[in-house]
Amino acid sequence: MDQITPKAVKEFKIVGTRPLRPDGIDKVTGKAMYGADLYAPNMLYGCLLRINEPHAFIESIDTSTAEELPGVKSIVTFKDFLKINPDNKNNPILENCIANEKVLYDGHAVAAIAAVDLNTVKKALKLIKIKYKKLPFVINIEEAMKTGAPIVSVGKKNENIPDGYSDNVIQYCSFGHGNLEDGFKAADKVIKRTFKTPSVHQGYIEPHACLASMSNDGKADLWCCTQGHFNVRSICSNIFKMDNSQLKVTASEIGGGFGGKTTVFIEPIALALSQKSGHPVKIVMSREEVFKATGPTVSSLVDVEVGMKKSGKITAAKAIIRYEGGAFPNETYELGAQSAFASYDLDAVKTEAFNVLTNRPTQAAYRAPGAPQSIYAVESVIDELCQHFNLDPLYVRILNAAKKGTKSSYGPTFDDIGLKATLEAAKDHPHYNAPLKENQGRGISCGFWFNFGGNTCVSLNINFDGTVGVVEGNPDIGGSRSSISQMAAEELGISLDKVKTVIADTNSLGHNDVTDGSRVTFSVGLATIKAAKAAKKELCKRAAKLWGIDEDAVIWKEGYAHPAGANAGNQEPLSLEDIAKVSSQTGGPISGHYEVNAEGAGVSFGVHLVDIETDMETGHSKILRYTVFQDAGKAIHPSYVEGQMQGGSVQGIGWALNEEYIYNHDGKLQNPGFLDYRIPVASDLPMIDPVILEIPNPGHPYGVRGVGETSIVPPLAAINNAVSRATGIRFTELPLSPPRVLKAILDTQ
Amino acid sequence: MVKVKIWGSLKNLADGSDYILVTGSNFKEVVDNISMKYPGLKPQIKRGISLAIDGKIYKESWFTPIDEDSEVVLMPYMQGG
Repeated sequence: MDQITPKAVKEFKIVGTRPLRPDGIDKVTGKAMYGADLYAPNMLYGCLLRINEPHAFIESIDTSTAEELPGVKSIVTFKDFLKINPDNKNNPILENCIANEKVLYDGHAVAAIAAVDLNTVKKALKLIKIKYKKLPFVINIEEAMKTGAPIVSVGKKNENIPDGYSDNVIQYCSFGHGNLEDGFKAADKVIKRTFKTPSVHQGYIEPHACLASMSNDGKADLWCCTQGHFNVRSICSNIFKMDNSQLKVTASEIGGGFGGKTTVFIEPIALALSQKSGHPVKIVMSREEVFKATGPTVSSLVDVEVGMKKSGKITAAKAIIRYEGGAFPNETYELGAQSAFASYDLDAVKTEAFNVLTNRPTQAAYRAPGAPQSIYAVESVIDELCQHFNLDPLYVRILNAAKKGTKSSYGPTFDDIGLKATLEAAKDHPHYNAPLKENQGRGISCGFWFNFGGNTCVSLNINFDGTVGVVEGNPDIGGSRSSISQMAAEELGISLDKVKTVIADTNSLGHNDVTDGSRVTFSVGLATIKAAKAAKKELCKRAAKLWGIDEDAVIWKEGYAHPAGANAGNQEPLSLEDIAKVSSQTGGPISGHYEVNAEGAGVSFGVHLVDIETDMETGHSKILRYTVFQDAGKAIHPSYVEGQMQGGSVQGIGWALNEEYIYNHDGKLQNPGFLDYRIPVASDLPMIDPVILEIPNPGHPYGVRGVGETSIVPPLAAINNAVSRATGIRFTELPLSPPRVLKAILDTQ
Repeated sequence: MVKVKIWGSLKNLADGSDYILVTGSNFKEVVDNISMKYPGLKPQIKRGISLAIDGKIYKESWFTPIDEDSEVVLMPYMQGG
């Protein structure tokens, strides 16, 4: 595992080291409290009744028999939410949790029951009588776009949809610049291909779980596994017409999210059941429910056209992107359109993107939402052009790479970015020139993600014994507690074991945006450094009091208050612990706070190299070697950064080789479980070799960029290119599962 | 005046050009003036927008200063996973 660090990077003592993870022992010994691990006195168990039809009109729901079953304490349907707040009629998040007038996908819930135990709940679910009328359905992008297709939901179209499409086409955008016609004319070769990717699931191991307790006076507590408990509070308090302060949400430990836990699926239901019954109610989703009724990715249908000179210079590039994200609107299509050609410096480029409603579960974010699908298509065509001209694929990417001053395909001009350095690192790596055998292929792809900042609030408290507590508000999904502690210790100049970082509930800290967009190490880190600076200022003030000198005459250096110079006196430096011990006598507890809507996160690029061997008799493709190069900014805890690079790669490998939502002709999901939905396991893969490039982000005091998402972007195309080179057949649809690859091999024989 | 690049599918809702000119010295003033001068863009602004100012993406910081010679690009509201 390599780390490439430019000399200009600031020298650190604690940042950049690899301490043991603070949550490790609790997690491996089973002590960590996940969403399903919480219990409350007199707690009820809740479950949802789901309809196994892709599209149906609900005529009636009769809960009277179920209500009479001993042990049943409350039942809710959408109508209960209308009684709570009539505005709920137009709330798509709630309508995804529990159907209003129509069932919109296989597994859509229509009612929920809370009872004294799970057996009673399950018996009661069978006693609910539902009358519904099946409706024509559509689950395929091409079919859904055609005029005359069954319409999933009326009245959802934006004002700018081009003519000629069904009302399922609800959102449209286009980006780009330059003269495409001239660009394509200037090319020596133009290749146009159409690519398909399936819906895939984030595959987090922990199913959604929550425990809600709402009292008669309208106050409520909610514990849940989520990527953003402040967002859960906003959504739920809006549904229940509550003041934010009356709903306290506490995030549990989280067993994976990857974007899929950025919204709610069961939390409003548990609150409603609790409100109606007067008891705490716990809901834990089954794996089947997670697959059917949470948020997988969009599936895609993408046309890409690229023109290239013999020299390898790209002259023009165009993409038409069509994403389907289930039954409700989403913004993923815009991100796909903006990301598609972001790695290239192009004079003529255009992307158009459509979002299409279908009778499938509503998509949720999944690491760099929208980017893997469009970049897969673009990088596959560029690789084919490289093969056509017999050009080195890394040379072509370096030749065309976006750099400082490039007008990006989505509009802004890039400042300092690390793509070229990342490509050069790949070119210089031994992997790139390692020999290949028969039926083996090497694939390459670039990847891109924006990275975000956002609302962040941190409190840093100095205890009387000189230890430090950092309080932040973002669930730790990738090791952020360790990274935040490291930044606090670095800034204060104390040892790491003196610092502990915890995640506060929603009543204990100001609003924090969701843990998404690769934002936490950047934004919370920034706020922590600023909070530590505020605390240092107060520590200097206390030292000044103790020394009887002006506070401006004290400076903080390496964990000690020092007189600023000879004129300030020659007092012995005071440590943080010395000052903390007497803080009660010098003015009270010492703390530092910082609140910010952080901006300037800085984009990130990655380059992946993969060697694959395809068995020409079975179509099975085996990953032989995989190397990830990523511009990560300063790596606060390199092991966690490597973990993000490896984890995203493995998820991308699964997407490329095996994973897909499979529907039958009745519009019903056929593989809602890990036996039939095949995610990669450790024995499937070699060690993923990460190479971190530390190109500092000028927008962060320590140079941090986000690292959590970029790594899932390149694997789809890298693997597609490797399999295509190994077999001599160009593939345009994922996953490259053995049956698909074998069929293509047999078709060419 | 600030020159704002708008994305392709908004062109027909403004005046057909890749760029629009509005007054304003910060994020909020520029966005408010876009809404006033180009009512066709109001629905998109209501759904959510970001501004890239000199290459950096700002999602909603109203008082981010904008100079007349700043590069300003209107973008959709950004979200991640």
